[in-house]
Amino acid sequence: MEKTAKVSLPQKIWKAIKGNPIAVALAVVSLIVGCLVENFFSFNNLNNLINNTTIRFLIALGVSGCLITKGTDLSAGRSVGLCACLAATLLQDPTYTGRMYNWPEFNLVVAFFIVLLVGALIGLVNGLVIAKLNVPPFIATLGTQTIVYGICLVFTNAQPIGSFKDSYKKFVNGAFFNGAFMVGDKKFPGIPYLLIWAVLFGLLFWFIYNKTTHGKYMYAIGGNENAAEVSGVNTVRSKIMIYVTAGMMYAIAGFLLAPKGGGANSGSGQGYELEAIAGCTIGGVSTTGGIGTVGGILVGVLVFELLKIVLQFLDVNPYYNNIVQGLVIITAVAMDIRKYIAKK
Amino acid sequence: MSEFRLEMRGVCKSFPGVKALDHAQLQLRPGTVHALMGENGAGKSTLMKCMFGIYKMDEGEIYYEGQKVTIHDPMEALHMGIAMVHQELQPIPARTVGENIFLGRYPMKKALGFIPIVDHDKMYADTAELLKKVRMEFDPHQMLGELSVSQMQSVEIAKAVSANCKVLILDEPTSSLTQNEVEALFRIVEDLKADGVSIVYISHKMDEILRISDEVTIMRDGQYVGTWPAKELTTDLIITRMVGRELTNLYPKRENRPGEVVFKVEDFTSINPKSFRHVDFELRKGEILGVGGLVGAQRTELMEGLFGIRSHTTGRISYKGEELKINRPKSAIDQGIAMLTEDRRATGIMGVLSIADNISIASLKQYLDFGVYINGKKVEQLVQDNVAKMNIKTPSSKTQIQSLSGGNQQKVLIGRWLANNPDVLILDEPTRGIDVGAKYEIYCIIAELAKQGKSIIMISSEMAELIGMSDRIMVMCDGRVTGFIDGPDATQENIMELATKFE
Repeated sequence: MEKTAKVSLPQKIWKAIKGNPIAVALAVVSLIVGCLVENFFSFNNLNNLINNTTIRFLIALGVSGCLITKGTDLSAGRSVGLCACLAATLLQDPTYTGRMYNWPEFNLVVAFFIVLLVGALIGLVNGLVIAKLNVPPFIATLGTQTIVYGICLVFTNAQPIGSFKDSYKKFVNGAFFNGAFMVGDKKFPGIPYLLIWAVLFGLLFWFIYNKTTHGKYMYAIGGNENAAEVSGVNTVRSKIMIYVTAGMMYAIAGFLLAPKGGGANSGSGQGYELEAIAGCTIGGVSTTGGIGTVGGILVGVLVFELLKIVLQFLDVNPYYNNIVQGLVIITAVAMDIRKYIAKK
Repeated sequence: MSEFRLEMRGVCKSFPGVKALDHAQLQLRPGTVHALMGENGAGKSTLMKCMFGIYKMDEGEIYYEGQKVTIHDPMEALHMGIAMVHQELQPIPARTVGENIFLGRYPMKKALGFIPIVDHDKMYADTAELLKKVRMEFDPHQMLGELSVSQMQSVEIAKAVSANCKVLILDEPTSSLTQNEVEALFRIVEDLKADGVSIVYISHKMDEILRISDEVTIMRDGQYVGTWPAKELTTDLIITRMVGRELTNLYPKRENRPGEVVFKVEDFTSINPKSFRHVDFELRKGEILGVGGLVGAQRTELMEGLFGIRSHTTGRISYKGEELKINRPKSAIDQGIAMLTEDRRATGIMGVLSIADNISIASLKQYLDFGVYINGKKVEQLVQDNVAKMNIKTPSSKTQIQSLSGGNQQKVLIGRWLANNPDVLILDEPTRGIDVGAKYEIYCIIAELAKQGKSIIMISSEMAELIGMSDRIMVMCDGRVTGFIDGPDATQENIMELATKFE
């Protein structure tokens, strides 16, 4: 075997730039906007970015397994919504008179695991329908998406749920070193707790995808499901595990989402599945299966969130946002696919 | 006017890490069959894909009937009169024969005098005519997916003929055909030749090449070796020029000594009544059991049944007296059986994944630290061992397997199974579509494994290979085992006799 030639650092950087043109373009735009518009490079804005990105990142990690195995999960957004509403109900302030259900008071940890269980159950249904009944993932999760939304409507009676326990609000909205020191004439707003979640799950998924049999089996199924089966991979079990994991990730995202906007309602999480899929695809997850990295997914999600903030700072009429986001999705994927076409 | 119908000069083409073509050339006369030969990875298919506009050449020129041309895509090639029947067929199984043939150039008519619609009557009438021309008799309305591989290939050829092509590229056309089907194909080729079509014929089968072709161009490592009239060549000469060295033996000397019976199959019957039934056979330790038969004899189905890919109704499988319960590949693997499947692309390689991922997938549990963590160094060691042992040509262990040649892909897949150290190794057409040099290497590997005491079952459609490599040959016909022949007694005739013993 030939030795792979040593690549110098500048060459590596150039390769990274060429490999992620959209990310680089957006970084440049951010720099320019940051120089032109006041407060862009502020801690508040940074925290805002971290918070938004974390939740989307968790959902994208969940859906990435489905995409890598040539599947998809359209129920992601509505699952996030249902789990947010459930968490909100479980953790409403017990002294609040307008409580949704007169349930006993739940401990934060217990509530978290209940929500996680519900997410896992949704994922289990998806996994069973896809792997056992062989329903195409697009159709299967289109069905569960509708069902989950229906359950959410019944459960919340389409009423918003607010007024959470302090411990819950603090747990999600809190930050390390909040006001610990002064930066110029302002207090340092701290490092949001949510960043921990992003780092933790980013590392966990990197480990699973690269270092465990489950991860290898996942890529193998995406690369060639029949070959994986013949090689002794239990494809049914692997796929079920992937959808259950995805459901759990949506549950965690929902749990963290509810106190963010001050409350949850049946509309929470709507459309998040498409953002997550877009983030993955921008980050190089191939919809033809077998390809995708955690680092790529993070870049993809970050690009999307950064884009939103840039548009906001540029005072673009928010109605234009969707148009720009759609263009970015198509451009990013078109450029990504060109890399493979050029190799022919 | 040039004496050549088509000429390619100084063609270069690089892929990441590999120079696939290095100043290759080809000169094609009208109304001749021109064989293109070389080991796998020699660049034959790549050169043809450049001609057909699938690949873009880095350097080089193409002259068509004396004119310099540039071919950007297959559509353009087809319009010029160049057609190609691919090594791996790419039909649309859920559409009819007629639609597959006229795909992209349907005959049209005007409904109500102005709305263009597909003229189905004309399409199917033309299809019937074409099928007659290629001496095939089946219904143009039949779904392509219902046909056998050889019939699909006839459809592909009919498609090429229907395009009124002047150059027809046949890439390994006989690799999945029976002797009768090969004869039928040769008649079609002769017909086309008489019509003045230039045919490029890629094959590894020497007897075919020497019989059908007028000229032979040989390539080695992406380079042009030379072109000779077929009359002046012999099998030995071709092989010597292909590999650039003398090959004295086609098959290695086998030193395995079959021992006691270890693997036993009794009354094994498929769930599908048309497939294998009441199969009994025994396999000895360190024995190579060849499995012969015509296409459709259900040999692959039987082996897939033993490996748990297909279901069976009755039957008993045992290893050293102990019954094996097999209902899916995983259980077969866990009980010491391995199977190299017939269709590399469909059930073998995971194309976009690396060599390392492909070679380790069936044995991942072995490389775990602490029960969860895959130790990359152990996997790399596995790759390096196999690369050294089997002479796998690859730029690195991270290379996508789909960028390797067929022979090297096959070696990676053999490595995948050997990693599990199986007792019984089933090889389904292990050398299909593989060049002479790599074939010999694979034979050596098989012989060595048998010597180590592994029991090997080898399906092969090549008589010479079957006779040359087997200690014993089991012959099947139409789902039944029709007989066994000891290696030294085997001849093409007695195998054929058993293979055609229809009820």
